[in-house]
Amino acid sequence: MPVKLRDFPRTHFNMPGNAACPGCPETMGLRYVKMALGDKAVLVIPAGCSSVIQGISPKSGINFPILNIVFAAAASAAAGMKAGFEMLGRDDVQVVVWAGDGGTADIGLQAMSGAAERGDDIIYICVDNEAYMNTGIQRSGATPYGAWTTTTWTGKKEHKKNVPFIMIAHDVPYVATASVGYPQDFIEKLRKAATVKGFKYIHLHAPCPVGWRFDPGLTPEIAQLAVKTGMWPLFEYHNGKLKISSFSRLYRVKEKRVPLKEYLKLQGRFRHLKDSDVKILEEYIDRLWAWLDLLEKAPNPSGTARDLLGK
Amino acid sequence: MSNVNVEEPKSLFIAPVSKPAPGSVGKTGTWRHEKPVINEEKCVKCLLCWLYCPEDTILRREDDMVYVDYDYCKGCGICAKVCPVNAIDMVPEG
Repeated sequence: MPVKLRDFPRTHFNMPGNAACPGCPETMGLRYVKMALGDKAVLVIPAGCSSVIQGISPKSGINFPILNIVFAAAASAAAGMKAGFEMLGRDDVQVVVWAGDGGTADIGLQAMSGAAERGDDIIYICVDNEAYMNTGIQRSGATPYGAWTTTTWTGKKEHKKNVPFIMIAHDVPYVATASVGYPQDFIEKLRKAATVKGFKYIHLHAPCPVGWRFDPGLTPEIAQLAVKTGMWPLFEYHNGKLKISSFSRLYRVKEKRVPLKEYLKLQGRFRHLKDSDVKILEEYIDRLWAWLDLLEKAPNPSGTARDLLGK
Repeated sequence: MSNVNVEEPKSLFIAPVSKPAPGSVGKTGTWRHEKPVINEEKCVKCLLCWLYCPEDTILRREDDMVYVDYDYCKGCGICAKVCPVNAIDMVPEG
Protein backbone atom coordinates (compact mmCIF):
# COMPACT_ATOMS: atom_id res chain seq x y z
CA MET A 1 0.00 0.00 0.00
CA PRO A 2 1.63 3.29 -1.03
CA VAL A 3 2.20 5.91 1.63
CA LYS A 4 0.25 9.16 1.07
CA LEU A 5 1.78 12.18 2.81
CA ARG A 6 -1.46 14.17 2.90
CA ASP A 7 -3.21 11.51 4.98
CA PHE A 8 -0.89 11.91 7.97
CA PRO A 9 -2.31 13.93 10.89
CA ARG A 10 -0.86 17.36 11.75
CA THR A 11 0.73 16.23 15.03
CA HIS A 12 4.28 16.07 16.34
CA PHE A 13 5.79 12.71 15.37
CA ASN A 14 9.01 13.61 17.12
CA MET A 15 9.51 16.18 19.84
CA PRO A 16 11.30 19.33 18.63
CA GLY A 17 14.02 20.76 20.83
CA ASN A 18 15.77 17.45 21.47
CA ALA A 19 19.52 16.98 21.84
CA ALA A 20 20.22 15.56 18.36
CA CYS A 21 22.78 17.27 16.13
CA PRO A 22 21.40 19.30 13.18
CA GLY A 23 20.62 16.99 10.28
CA CYS A 24 20.47 13.87 12.46
CA PRO A 25 19.26 10.76 10.59
CA GLU A 26 18.11 9.07 13.82
CA THR A 27 15.45 11.67 14.60
CA MET A 28 14.33 11.35 10.98
CA GLY A 29 14.07 7.59 11.41
CA LEU A 30 12.22 7.90 14.73
CA ARG A 31 9.62 10.14 13.06
CA TYR A 32 9.03 7.48 10.42
CA VAL A 33 8.63 4.80 13.09
CA LYS A 34 5.98 6.98 14.74
CA MET A 35 4.28 7.59 11.38
CA ALA A 36 4.20 3.86 10.63
CA LEU A 37 3.35 2.33 14.01
CA GLY A 38 1.54 5.19 15.78
CA ASP A 39 0.92 5.14 19.52
CA LYS A 40 0.97 1.35 19.88
CA ALA A 41 4.76 1.07 19.87
CA VAL A 42 7.15 0.87 22.82
CA LEU A 43 10.85 1.41 22.22
CA VAL A 44 13.77 -0.38 23.83
CA ILE A 45 16.95 1.64 23.35
CA PRO A 46 20.44 0.41 24.29
CA ALA A 47 23.31 2.84 24.79
CA GLY A 48 23.92 5.07 21.82
CA CYS A 49 23.03 8.41 20.29
CA SER A 50 19.32 7.74 20.84
CA SER A 51 19.84 7.61 24.61
CA VAL A 52 21.32 11.10 24.44
CA ILE A 53 18.79 12.58 22.00
CA GLN A 54 16.10 12.21 24.69
CA GLY A 55 17.60 15.20 26.48
CA ILE A 56 17.33 16.22 30.10
CA SER A 57 14.79 14.81 32.59
CA PRO A 58 11.83 15.39 33.23
CA LYS A 59 11.26 15.94 29.49
CA SER A 60 11.97 13.40 26.77
CA GLY A 61 12.82 14.36 23.21
CA ILE A 62 11.55 11.13 21.65
CA ASN A 63 7.78 10.77 21.32
CA PHE A 64 7.57 7.13 22.52
CA PRO A 65 7.47 5.23 25.79
CA ILE A 66 11.09 4.13 26.11
CA LEU A 67 13.04 1.63 28.17
CA ASN A 68 16.71 2.56 28.24
CA ILE A 69 18.81 -0.54 28.74
CA VAL A 70 22.45 -1.62 28.72
CA PHE A 71 24.28 -2.17 25.43
CA ALA A 72 24.30 -5.96 25.34
CA ALA A 73 20.71 -6.63 26.40
CA ALA A 74 18.38 -4.72 24.09
CA ALA A 75 16.87 -7.74 22.34
CA SER A 76 16.53 -9.81 25.51
CA ALA A 77 14.91 -6.89 27.38
CA ALA A 78 12.46 -6.48 24.49
CA ALA A 79 11.70 -10.21 24.52
CA GLY A 80 10.91 -10.01 28.23
CA MET A 81 8.79 -6.91 27.73
CA LYS A 82 6.80 -8.62 24.97
CA ALA A 83 6.23 -11.64 27.24
CA GLY A 84 5.00 -9.23 29.93
CA PHE A 85 2.57 -7.56 27.55
CA GLU A 86 1.30 -10.98 26.49
CA MET A 87 0.65 -11.90 30.15
CA LEU A 88 -1.38 -8.68 30.51
CA GLY A 89 -3.33 -9.53 27.38
CA ARG A 90 -1.99 -6.50 25.52
CA ASP A 91 -1.36 -8.10 22.14
CA ASP A 92 -1.83 -4.79 20.35
CA VAL A 93 1.47 -3.36 21.65
CA GLN A 94 4.45 -3.50 19.31
CA VAL A 95 7.78 -3.82 21.10
CA VAL A 96 10.46 -2.20 18.96
CA VAL A 97 14.21 -2.28 19.57
CA TRP A 98 15.92 0.84 18.27
CA ALA A 99 19.63 0.06 18.39
CA GLY A 100 22.67 1.51 16.69
CA ASP A 101 25.09 -0.47 14.58
CA GLY A 102 27.39 -0.94 17.57
CA GLY A 103 24.49 -2.27 19.62
CA THR A 104 23.55 -4.62 16.80
CA ALA A 105 26.57 -5.76 14.82
CA ASP A 106 29.04 -5.86 17.72
CA ILE A 107 27.85 -5.72 21.31
CA GLY A 108 24.20 -6.72 21.03
CA LEU A 109 24.65 -9.47 18.45
CA GLN A 110 24.38 -12.38 20.88
CA ALA A 111 21.17 -11.09 22.47
CA MET A 112 19.66 -10.43 19.04
CA SER A 113 20.70 -13.85 17.77
CA GLY A 114 19.09 -15.44 20.83
CA ALA A 115 15.83 -13.53 20.39
CA ALA A 116 15.76 -14.44 16.68
CA GLU A 117 16.34 -18.11 17.48
CA ARG A 118 13.52 -18.10 20.07
CA GLY A 119 11.27 -16.33 17.59
CA ASP A 120 10.30 -13.53 19.98
CA ASP A 121 7.58 -11.34 18.52
CA ILE A 122 9.49 -8.03 18.31
CA ILE A 123 10.65 -5.61 15.63
CA TYR A 124 14.40 -5.02 15.75
CA ILE A 125 15.53 -1.87 13.96
CA CYS A 126 19.24 -1.34 13.52
CA VAL A 127 19.91 2.31 12.74
CA ASP A 128 23.25 2.05 11.02
CA ASN A 129 25.44 5.16 11.00
CA GLU A 130 28.49 2.96 10.45
CA ALA A 131 30.53 3.81 13.58
CA TYR A 132 30.19 4.50 17.32
CA MET A 133 29.15 8.12 16.78
CA ASN A 134 27.98 8.84 20.33
CA THR A 135 31.32 8.10 21.99
CA GLY A 136 33.41 9.84 19.35
CA ILE A 137 33.35 8.11 15.96
CA GLN A 138 35.14 4.85 16.78
CA ARG A 139 35.14 2.05 14.22
CA SER A 140 32.42 -0.61 14.47
CA GLY A 141 31.81 -3.88 12.69
CA ALA A 142 29.49 -2.04 10.32
CA THR A 143 32.04 0.58 9.22
CA PRO A 144 32.75 0.18 5.49
CA TYR A 145 36.17 -0.40 3.97
CA GLY A 146 38.37 2.68 3.72
CA ALA A 147 36.32 4.88 6.04
CA TRP A 148 38.14 7.20 8.41
CA THR A 149 37.22 6.94 12.09
CA THR A 150 39.12 8.06 15.19
CA THR A 151 40.39 4.51 15.67
CA THR A 152 41.13 3.84 11.99
CA TRP A 153 42.77 7.11 11.04
CA THR A 154 44.31 5.71 7.84
CA GLY A 155 41.04 4.10 6.78
CA LYS A 156 39.46 0.83 7.85
CA LYS A 157 41.05 -2.25 6.32
CA GLU A 158 38.12 -4.64 6.62
CA HIS A 159 34.74 -4.72 4.93
CA LYS A 160 31.36 -3.99 6.50
CA LYS A 161 29.73 -6.82 8.41
CA ASN A 162 26.54 -7.76 6.60
CA VAL A 163 24.04 -8.11 9.44
CA PRO A 164 20.88 -8.51 7.25
CA PHE A 165 22.44 -11.64 5.71
CA ILE A 166 23.25 -12.96 9.19
CA MET A 167 19.57 -12.50 10.06
CA ILE A 168 18.45 -14.23 6.86
CA ALA A 169 20.60 -17.16 7.93
CA HIS A 170 18.59 -17.24 11.20
CA ASP A 171 15.54 -18.05 9.06
CA VAL A 172 13.38 -15.38 10.73
CA PRO A 173 10.08 -14.48 9.03
CA TYR A 174 10.96 -10.91 8.04
CA VAL A 175 14.25 -9.17 7.21
CA ALA A 176 14.49 -5.87 5.33
CA THR A 177 16.92 -3.08 4.58
CA ALA A 178 15.76 0.54 4.44
CA SER A 179 17.24 4.00 4.15
CA VAL A 180 16.35 7.40 5.62
CA GLY A 181 16.63 8.70 2.05
CA TYR A 182 13.48 6.75 1.12
CA PRO A 183 11.02 7.29 4.01
CA GLN A 184 7.99 5.97 2.14
CA ASP A 185 9.78 2.66 1.58
CA PHE A 186 10.80 2.48 5.26
CA ILE A 187 7.26 3.25 6.47
CA GLU A 188 5.80 0.59 4.17
CA LYS A 189 8.28 -2.00 5.43
CA LEU A 190 7.52 -1.14 9.06
CA ARG A 191 3.78 -1.47 8.48
CA LYS A 192 4.33 -4.82 6.83
CA ALA A 193 6.63 -5.99 9.64
CA ALA A 194 3.94 -5.04 12.19
CA THR A 195 1.57 -7.57 10.60
CA VAL A 196 4.09 -10.43 10.67
CA LYS A 197 4.30 -12.65 13.75
CA GLY A 198 7.76 -13.55 14.99
CA PHE A 199 11.14 -11.84 14.93
CA LYS A 200 11.37 -8.96 12.44
CA TYR A 201 14.63 -7.28 11.53
CA ILE A 202 14.96 -3.97 9.66
CA HIS A 203 18.37 -2.48 8.91
CA LEU A 204 18.09 1.29 8.42
CA HIS A 205 20.96 3.07 6.70
CA ALA A 206 21.50 6.45 8.39
CA PRO A 207 24.22 8.83 7.14
CA CYS A 208 25.59 10.84 10.09
CA PRO A 209 26.76 14.38 9.19
CA VAL A 210 29.12 14.58 12.18
CA GLY A 211 30.87 11.24 11.82
CA TRP A 212 30.88 11.04 8.04
CA ARG A 213 32.05 14.65 7.73
CA PHE A 214 29.49 16.23 5.42
CA ASP A 215 27.13 19.22 5.33
CA PRO A 216 24.10 18.45 7.60
CA GLY A 217 21.72 19.44 4.81
CA LEU A 218 22.90 16.52 2.67
CA THR A 219 21.67 13.66 4.91
CA PRO A 220 18.82 12.50 2.57
CA GLU A 221 20.89 13.04 -0.56
CA ILE A 222 23.79 10.91 0.67
CA ALA A 223 21.38 8.21 1.85
CA GLN A 224 19.85 8.17 -1.64
CA LEU A 225 23.29 8.10 -3.28
CA ALA A 226 24.21 5.03 -1.20
CA VAL A 227 21.23 3.26 -2.78
CA LYS A 228 21.87 4.62 -6.27
CA THR A 229 25.54 3.54 -6.29
CA GLY A 230 24.53 0.04 -5.18
CA MET A 231 26.45 0.41 -1.90
CA TRP A 232 23.24 -0.04 0.09
CA PRO A 233 20.74 -2.31 -1.72
CA LEU A 234 17.16 -2.12 -0.48
CA PHE A 235 15.53 -5.52 -0.22
CA GLU A 236 12.91 -7.42 1.67
CA TYR A 237 13.02 -11.06 2.80
CA HIS A 238 9.62 -12.34 3.76
CA ASN A 239 8.79 -16.00 4.46
CA GLY A 240 11.85 -17.30 2.67
CA LYS A 241 11.46 -15.13 -0.43
CA LEU A 242 13.91 -12.34 -1.16
CA LYS A 243 12.67 -9.38 -3.19
CA ILE A 244 14.66 -6.31 -4.25
CA SER A 245 12.62 -3.21 -3.34
CA SER A 246 11.36 -0.90 -6.07
CA PHE A 247 13.80 1.96 -5.33
CA SER A 248 16.78 -0.39 -5.75
CA ARG A 249 15.58 -2.51 -8.66
CA LEU A 250 17.17 -0.34 -11.35
CA TYR A 251 20.64 -0.66 -9.81
CA ARG A 252 20.71 -4.43 -10.16
CA VAL A 253 22.34 -3.76 -13.54
CA LYS A 254 25.91 -2.61 -13.01
CA GLU A 255 25.87 -0.06 -15.85
CA LYS A 256 22.81 1.70 -14.41
CA ARG A 257 24.49 2.44 -11.06
CA VAL A 258 25.71 5.96 -10.29
CA PRO A 259 29.56 6.02 -10.19
CA LEU A 260 30.74 5.25 -6.65
CA LYS A 261 32.95 8.36 -6.59
CA GLU A 262 29.83 10.56 -6.57
CA TYR A 263 28.95 9.04 -3.20
CA LEU A 264 32.48 9.04 -1.78
CA LYS A 265 33.49 12.58 -2.73
CA LEU A 266 30.73 14.19 -0.63
CA GLN A 267 32.05 12.58 2.57
CA GLY A 268 35.12 13.74 4.46
CA ARG A 269 35.66 10.25 5.89
CA PHE A 270 36.57 8.96 2.40
CA ARG A 271 38.75 11.96 1.46
CA HIS A 272 42.04 10.04 1.59
CA LEU A 273 40.88 7.13 -0.62
CA LYS A 274 43.11 6.18 -3.55
CA ASP A 275 41.79 4.79 -6.85
CA SER A 276 42.87 1.30 -5.74
CA ASP A 277 40.69 1.64 -2.62
CA VAL A 278 37.71 2.73 -4.71
CA LYS A 279 38.25 -0.36 -6.83
CA ILE A 280 38.16 -2.60 -3.73
CA LEU A 281 34.86 -0.97 -2.71
CA GLU A 282 33.45 -1.47 -6.21
CA GLU A 283 34.38 -5.14 -6.06
CA TYR A 284 32.60 -5.32 -2.68
CA ILE A 285 29.44 -3.91 -4.29
CA ASP A 286 29.61 -6.48 -7.10
CA ARG A 287 30.01 -9.30 -4.55
CA LEU A 288 27.08 -7.99 -2.53
CA TRP A 289 24.82 -7.97 -5.57
CA ALA A 290 26.01 -11.42 -6.63
CA TRP A 291 24.91 -12.67 -3.20
CA LEU A 292 21.54 -10.95 -3.56
CA ASP A 293 21.13 -12.41 -7.03
CA LEU A 294 21.72 -15.92 -5.67
CA LEU A 295 19.21 -15.43 -2.87
CA GLU A 296 16.64 -13.83 -5.16
CA LYS A 297 16.81 -16.62 -7.73
CA ALA A 298 16.30 -19.33 -5.16
CA PRO A 299 12.50 -19.61 -4.84
CA ASN A 300 12.80 -20.28 -1.12
CA PRO A 301 16.36 -20.53 0.23
CA SER A 302 15.45 -22.51 3.34
CA GLY A 303 12.86 -24.54 1.44
CA THR A 304 15.36 -25.31 -1.31
CA ALA A 305 17.79 -26.62 1.26
CA ARG A 306 15.09 -28.92 2.64
CA ASP A 307 14.31 -30.15 -0.89
CA LEU A 308 17.97 -30.94 -1.51
CA LEU A 309 18.11 -32.98 1.67
CA GLY A 310 14.97 -34.87 0.63
CA LYS A 311 16.69 -36.01 -2.55
CA MET B 1 2.30 -15.75 59.61
CA SER B 2 -0.37 -14.96 57.08
CA ASN B 3 -2.32 -12.68 59.37
CA VAL B 4 0.66 -10.44 60.09
CA ASN B 5 -0.24 -7.15 58.54
CA VAL B 6 2.72 -6.06 56.49
CA GLU B 7 2.28 -2.81 54.69
CA GLU B 8 3.01 -3.18 51.02
CA PRO B 9 5.68 -0.83 49.72
CA LYS B 10 4.17 1.93 47.61
CA SER B 11 6.32 1.12 44.63
CA LEU B 12 8.92 -1.55 44.02
CA PHE B 13 10.15 0.16 40.91
CA ILE B 14 11.52 3.54 41.77
CA ALA B 15 12.90 4.85 38.54
CA PRO B 16 13.13 8.32 37.06
CA VAL B 17 10.53 8.71 34.31
CA SER B 18 10.62 11.39 31.62
CA LYS B 19 7.57 12.30 29.56
CA PRO B 20 7.73 13.35 25.88
CA ALA B 21 7.60 17.14 25.60
CA PRO B 22 9.02 19.76 23.26
CA GLY B 23 12.23 21.44 24.29
CA SER B 24 13.91 18.73 26.35
CA VAL B 25 17.23 20.61 25.96
CA GLY B 26 15.71 24.07 25.71
CA LYS B 27 15.08 26.30 22.71
CA THR B 28 17.34 24.72 20.10
CA GLY B 29 16.62 27.56 17.67
CA THR B 30 19.64 29.34 19.17
CA TRP B 31 21.92 26.70 17.56
CA ARG B 32 21.08 28.04 14.12
CA HIS B 33 23.50 29.81 11.77
CA GLU B 34 21.14 30.03 8.80
CA LYS B 35 17.37 30.06 8.92
CA PRO B 36 15.04 28.53 6.32
CA VAL B 37 12.62 31.03 4.76
CA ILE B 38 9.72 29.61 2.75
CA ASN B 39 8.69 31.36 -0.43
CA GLU B 40 4.93 30.71 -0.41
CA GLU B 41 4.50 31.71 -4.06
CA LYS B 42 6.89 29.01 -5.26
CA CYS B 43 5.68 26.25 -2.88
CA VAL B 44 3.79 23.41 -4.59
CA LYS B 45 2.72 21.77 -1.26
CA CYS B 46 4.50 18.46 -2.00
CA LEU B 47 5.30 18.15 1.75
CA LEU B 48 8.79 16.73 1.13
CA CYS B 49 10.34 19.27 3.53
CA TRP B 50 7.79 18.24 6.16
CA LEU B 51 8.63 14.57 5.54
CA TYR B 52 12.41 14.94 5.71
CA CYS B 53 12.69 17.52 8.53
CA PRO B 54 14.48 15.62 11.34
CA GLU B 55 13.23 17.98 14.03
CA ASP B 56 9.51 18.15 13.27
CA THR B 57 9.86 21.94 13.05
CA ILE B 58 8.26 22.22 9.60
CA LEU B 59 4.55 22.42 10.38
CA ARG B 60 1.47 22.21 8.15
CA ARG B 61 -1.45 24.62 7.98
CA GLU B 62 -4.96 23.43 7.14
CA ASP B 63 -4.33 23.95 3.40
CA ASP B 64 -0.99 22.03 3.62
CA MET B 65 1.08 25.20 3.24
CA VAL B 66 4.15 24.73 5.43
CA TYR B 67 5.71 27.09 7.96
CA VAL B 68 8.74 26.85 10.25
CA ASP B 69 8.85 26.66 14.04
CA TYR B 70 11.82 29.01 14.58
CA ASP B 71 11.91 28.32 18.32
CA TYR B 72 13.32 24.85 17.72
CA CYS B 73 14.62 24.75 14.10
CA LYS B 74 18.34 23.89 14.24
CA GLY B 75 19.00 25.18 10.72
CA CYS B 76 20.41 21.97 9.21
CA GLY B 77 19.15 22.96 5.74
CA ILE B 78 17.65 19.59 4.77
CA CYS B 79 14.33 21.26 3.82
CA ALA B 80 16.08 23.61 1.39
CA LYS B 81 18.04 20.74 -0.20
CA VAL B 82 15.08 18.38 -0.71
CA CYS B 83 12.70 21.05 -2.05
CA PRO B 84 12.08 20.17 -5.73
CA VAL B 85 11.18 23.78 -6.72
CA ASN B 86 13.79 25.60 -4.55
CA ALA B 87 11.09 27.42 -2.60
CA ILE B 88 13.16 27.44 0.62
CA ASP B 89 16.11 29.80 1.01
CA MET B 90 18.69 29.55 3.76
CA VAL B 91 19.17 33.11 5.06
CA PRO B 92 22.11 33.86 7.43
CA GLU B 93 20.97 34.81 10.93
CA GLY B 94 21.46 38.51 11.57
